[in-house]
Amino acid sequence: MKIVVCAKFVPDATADRRFRSEDNTVDRAGVDGLLSELDEYAVEAALTVKENGDAEVTVLTVGPEQAADAVKKGLQMGADAGVHVIDDAIHGSDAVATSLILAKALSKLEADLVVFGMGSTDGGMGVVPAMVAERLGLPAVTLGSEVTVDGTTVKIRRDGDLASDTVEGTLPLVLSVSDQANEPRYPSFKGIMAAKKKPVETWSLADLELSGDQVGQAAAWTEVVEVTARPPRTAGTIVADEDGSGAAQLVEFLSTNKFL
Amino acid sequence: MTVSLDLVDVDSLLTEEEVAIRATTRRFADERLRPSLPEWFEAASIPARELAKELGSLGLLGMHLTGYGCAGLGPVAYGLACLEIEAADSGMRSLVSVQGSLAMYAIWKYGNEEQKTEWLPRMAAGEAIGCFGLTEPDFGSNPGGMRTSARRDGDDWILNGSKMWITNGSIADVAVVWARTDDGVRGFVVPTSAPGFSAPEITRKLSLRASVTSELILTDVRLPASAMLPEARGLSGPLGCLNEARFGIIFGAMGAARDCLETAVSYAGERQVFDKPLSAYQLTQAKLADMAVELNKGILLAVHLGRLKEKGALRPEQVSVGKLNNVREAIAIARECRTILAANGISGEYPVLRHANNLESVLTYEGTSEVHQLVIGQALTGQAAFR
Ligand SMILES: Cc1cc2nc3c(=O)[nH]c(=O)nc-3n(C[C@H](O)[C@H](O)[C@@H](O)COP(=O)(O)OP(=O)(O)OC[C@H]3O[C@@H](n4cnc5c(N)ncnc54)[C@H](O)[C@@H]3O)c2cc1C
Ligand SMILES: Cc1cc2nc3c(=O)[nH]c(=O)nc-3n(C[C@H](O)[C@H](O)[C@H](O)COP(=O)(O)OP(=O)(O)OC[C@H]3O[C@@H](n4cnc5c(N)ncnc54)[C@H](O)[C@@H]3O)c2cc1C
Repeated sequence: MKIVVCAKFVPDATADRRFRSEDNTVDRAGVDGLLSELDEYAVEAALTVKENGDAEVTVLTVGPEQAADAVKKGLQMGADAGVHVIDDAIHGSDAVATSLILAKALSKLEADLVVFGMGSTDGGMGVVPAMVAERLGLPAVTLGSEVTVDGTTVKIRRDGDLASDTVEGTLPLVLSVSDQANEPRYPSFKGIMAAKKKPVETWSLADLELSGDQVGQAAAWTEVVEVTARPPRTAGTIVADEDGSGAAQLVEFLSTNKFL
Repeated sequence: MTVSLDLVDVDSLLTEEEVAIRATTRRFADERLRPSLPEWFEAASIPARELAKELGSLGLLGMHLTGYGCAGLGPVAYGLACLEIEAADSGMRSLVSVQGSLAMYAIWKYGNEEQKTEWLPRMAAGEAIGCFGLTEPDFGSNPGGMRTSARRDGDDWILNGSKMWITNGSIADVAVVWARTDDGVRGFVVPTSAPGFSAPEITRKLSLRASVTSELILTDVRLPASAMLPEARGLSGPLGCLNEARFGIIFGAMGAARDCLETAVSYAGERQVFDKPLSAYQLTQAKLADMAVELNKGILLAVHLGRLKEKGALRPEQVSVGKLNNVREAIAIARECRTILAANGISGEYPVLRHANNLESVLTYEGTSEVHQLVIGQALTGQAAFR
């Protein structure tokens, strides 16, 4: 079975994250980045399938030069190969364009099982898996918090507020996993050393038979028109229990803010 | 946001692989060790078996050895892993050092093929734990005086004696025990299940509480001829192992120091005294600056010695320079940080006094500071002043 994990390279959330002032896109060049933490669950899910059967795991990323680090991290964790789609024209792509590039690359890779995270930790739209499934004409089982693969059947549990659903589909298929699905492994020292020898291919848009005007900012269906920094935190409300009404005030505060 | 204490761009001296090893070890230490350490230290009890398996599956145990399931990494990667583990606790690093650099290294370097295949893969995986018995109640700095003996009985060996202050002793599956024979000091691979072997734990320690320390008692322990390490003859055997472990400590001690300094910098930024942050006073900044300078110097020294070791050019007195300086500076940093935290500094809620207390052991084991001064003194003067 051929498994492909779509993994995104994102700015490190513990460092300084910013937008480029000229076009309101996320600044990916001048900052430290890493494999989106939520995509580690996708890598882990793929590796678990591989351990329980016969499979080859490829990590696929679309992103600038440093995005190679996301591929490398996946390889260090245990994936077998990597593909990095890189092209200057990709800058500023929205979800629609990103899904186009991923779908093209996935067809080229002839993936049986495509695994996504639940959403990136930067853009975080959470729509790319469904868009890719639509483009490929594949079934999508999304937001799995428990995944079992048995032959060609993929079964997930999806936890909702009121109930848990069990959803099942047949390969080839698109899967996305939540952060409840597993506990991503650390790259072992042997994994770190082995990663250096694993094959990584670099593809341009031309390799995917796409042209620059189909992606990037010019082709985007949406535009971030304005970015405003989050206002500094204001002081909280202090409820003083002077006349015995403190409890009632607290309940009032919690219910008007829909915390109850 | 955590402030970087790296003032000299140490990263520019490291390979990509070394940085990756460091990152993985740091994350492991932060997630799996750090949260439990106050509790383990206070209770003087660690889930050693479980920890050994986790450390093993990461690849830390015997990571600088080749073959037999070991990762085969270079000395700087090994040092950086020690640094990150010791930033959590010196006791954790002791577990790693004793397993990889003392017990495994002894078998890897001086053992025969049978001993290697029997023990090394399981020890690398953390399924078997090892200890290293050199020190005795009456002989620490002068191990040549040891009384533990091994005598021949037919083809067998009979071991008698006792060892003291042995890390991992009570939890070990295998002990590398050094004993005097008619043929000088020799090493023996002793399964701890052997009749006549016992390892009572030493209690009431005020330092390195998150580490098991034991006495080894050997009463007519009968071993087959094959238990002896064939390639180790005389004291140079155990001293060769100690040089390996000391090398890890040169990095490790800087980890403990870094953790103290990180704690102190962030505490000083938050603590208000006389209406402004403690960090805004010149006296505090002088302390922080001096400590950061020593920390950076110590790490540079460690990396430099690592590069020499890579080339096979590291001499014992250079290891002494590193161990003497870095442990001495680490303990000074820990104590100075304690003053910045003042009363909170003595609390187990912060790691500072725990590190300072641990470093008292680190100052003593693997050659006391005085012994390292004597090694350096001999290199300078050509005169041995040990006795
Ligand atoms: C503030 C802001 C607002 C935005 N608003 C919109 C908008 O309204 N409409 C719109 O179309 N776009 C919008 N975008 C852009 C959009 O988020 C990204 O450009 C687009 O690439 C989708 O990425 P995502 O991170 O949101 O994907 P998600 O749908 O959150 O990602 C889900 C999964 O898809 C995979 N994946 C995503 N990106 C990649 C990649 N580059 N390489 C490999 N795998 C990947 C990962 O497995 C990931 O876990 C916005 C971006 C920002 C920063
Ligand atoms: C927590 C812990 C774990 C340990 N783990 C191990 C282990 O796993 N295996 C093992 O074999 N040992 C272990 N040790 C023992 C350690 O190596 C010894 O304690 C150390 O070598 C010092 O020996 P000593 O305590 O007998 O001190 P002594 O040798 O009695 O020294 C007493 C003092 O005299 C000084 N001194 C000694 N000789 C001279 C000299 N010639 N000139 C001037 N001053 C001198 C010393 O520096 C010291 O200050 C451990 C110790 C501790 C505390």
